[in-house]
Amino acid sequence: MVVTFPHMGNIYIALKAFFDELGIRSVTPPFCSNKTLELGTRISPESICLPLKLNLGNYLESLQCGADTFIITGSCGPCRFGYYGVSEKEILNDNGYPVDVVMLDPVSGMGLLYKRLRKITGQKSILKVIPALKKALNIACLADMLEKKIFYIRPREVNTGSADKAYGRFKKEVYRTHGIKNMLGLIAHTCDELGTIPLDQTAKPMKIGILGEIFTIIEPYTNLNIEQKLGRMGFEVHRSLNASTWITDKIFYRSLGFYKNPEVYSAAKPYLDRCIGGHTWECIGHAVLYAQQGFAGAVEVLPFGCMPEIVSKSILPQVCIDHKMPILTLVVDELTGETGFDTRLEAFCDLLSYRRRKINS
Amino acid sequence: MSRYYLGIDVGSVSTNLALIDENEKLLEKVYLRTMGNPIQAIQKGFSQMHEAMPLHVSICGIGATGSGRELAAVIFGADVVKNEITAHGIAAMSQVENVQTVFEIGGQDSKIILIRGGIITDFAMNTVCAAGTGSFLDRQAARLGIPIEEFGSFAFKSLHPVRIAGRCAVFAESDMIHKQQMGCSAEDIIFGLCEALVRNYLGNVGKSKGIREKVVFQGGVAANAGIVKAFEDALKIKIHVPLHYDVMGAIGAALLAKEASTHFTVSAFKGFEFLRRECRTKGINCNDCSNACEIVQISMDNEPDIYWGDRCGKWRSRRQPA
Repeated sequence: MVVTFPHMGNIYIALKAFFDELGIRSVTPPFCSNKTLELGTRISPESICLPLKLNLGNYLESLQCGADTFIITGSCGPCRFGYYGVSEKEILNDNGYPVDVVMLDPVSGMGLLYKRLRKITGQKSILKVIPALKKALNIACLADMLEKKIFYIRPREVNTGSADKAYGRFKKEVYRTHGIKNMLGLIAHTCDELGTIPLDQTAKPMKIGILGEIFTIIEPYTNLNIEQKLGRMGFEVHRSLNASTWITDKIFYRSLGFYKNPEVYSAAKPYLDRCIGGHTWECIGHAVLYAQQGFAGAVEVLPFGCMPEIVSKSILPQVCIDHKMPILTLVVDELTGETGFDTRLEAFCDLLSYRRRKINS
Repeated sequence: MSRYYLGIDVGSVSTNLALIDENEKLLEKVYLRTMGNPIQAIQKGFSQMHEAMPLHVSICGIGATGSGRELAAVIFGADVVKNEITAHGIAAMSQVENVQTVFEIGGQDSKIILIRGGIITDFAMNTVCAAGTGSFLDRQAARLGIPIEEFGSFAFKSLHPVRIAGRCAVFAESDMIHKQQMGCSAEDIIFGLCEALVRNYLGNVGKSKGIREKVVFQGGVAANAGIVKAFEDALKIKIHVPLHYDVMGAIGAALLAKEASTHFTVSAFKGFEFLRRECRTKGINCNDCSNACEIVQISMDNEPDIYWGDRCGKWRSRRQPA
């Protein structure tokens, strides 16, 4: 058995370390690229949302490297992601790939989740699996912190691109690093490297929040590197959703009936008072919080045809009016032209700069 | 010697240039069709501007905008490279007093820009479909065998405009053919098309935006009096079409160059000598990382090659001797 998993932000770092630690053979798919999307689109339903196409592309690329078992989380949620695992298995089998898809899905009960996890880990002692899982989760959190650091550095660095260069090296190195200890070492090393980047201490960059659908937010290929673009234009980016917070919230807090960040939900209350699938509730809540924290603006990114985010898209204009913070909505899909994307983003940044200049004068 | 500023707007359908003086007065303008060959259009535009310009003029700043702005900037050098939304907004504010709403319909995109208290406060651009844009009208005019310049006057002759489904360019065309086969007059169909485009614009781009007077309508499509009338009928307010509606993007770019000129002493403009140079382009696929960028190499006589189109900046910083 050789396992593989789809790309979703920094998850690959944690998963790779986890499998290596337990000695489970795994393939980390190459980073999402035009080729990945092209492969995935070929066997996907035309009108399905973008993440599924990329998932399938990842699988096909891993397949060429010898993978035969795919892992995906699911949620039976009121959004199409809940059916990803099932549909992906059907699609792959229909196309003549006799692969197994294992859904790690807390919603269908902890017992079933445990059984499926055992399918991957085999005979390995649970006393080894649980600590490894815990450490892998820690890696996911650290990887997200690393990116947070980069968001801070980008608008302040003296030589544009220094942080991206270090991070690019890190991403390449992850593929060559085995086990949890080495992965932690790599993260610590990159962290030190980022610390040596000379910063312009006088810079006072404006802050922009990134809202929307989680996959599109955290997977840089799908959002055309929006965080890098904004960073290089001199804005400090804050990401509303992260892979690590999503896992801790979903697995630990929700299963005990709590929320990790209750303030997000109370902020959203005047507009939306329940979960309607996806991350709409969180999106609205974060938009309100950003405005209250004095962010200059926010950008909502969603894949074309994303049902929950369409709802956010129609609520956000009211948040804009009530809280006097501009919000830009960008829809991405496989046909997204980068020029049009850049034009809107740049115009939005100009708008924010002129606004600040006017407020200051 | 007075100081002059040049703006260039390289769009999908047209390439425009504008020359302004220190008092932001427009001295010369050039409006050309891009015809799918932006490099040639940029060169031709510069050469026409060069001929029309008064002698002994020094260009103290140059700004580029439009979807081909980066290309214009790498070939001729530019001090400011700005998106067309900002450029159009700035131009509208300088050309029309107290403007609060800007409608801009160009070849491939349509936008609405809201201005309050002298700054752009909101904007929207058409998303996935080109139904509400100039190239759609262009195509239908060609299909009906009417020069696009006369489209407006035809629309005015319409007595009973027909209703045409304007949501999608393809369906609008089949609907139009259907109305033709029913025997509707060309005038009625043309005005029907104008109304469909306006309906599409207001329902898509202009949706839930506060359209307040004064409303300025600019971009190539503003030449079409039929569309202006359809807008006025739909909104029941007066629509202002500025004198230089067709080169507003270029004016905006020139104004931005003037604004930025306080921050530099020498303009990045490479000069008009580049007109006579032949420009060759070549596509390269970079396979150094998973981005697999499509790099374009531009070679000019006696000039180092220009590379661009890369995400990481590795190619852009490379200058090879020719």
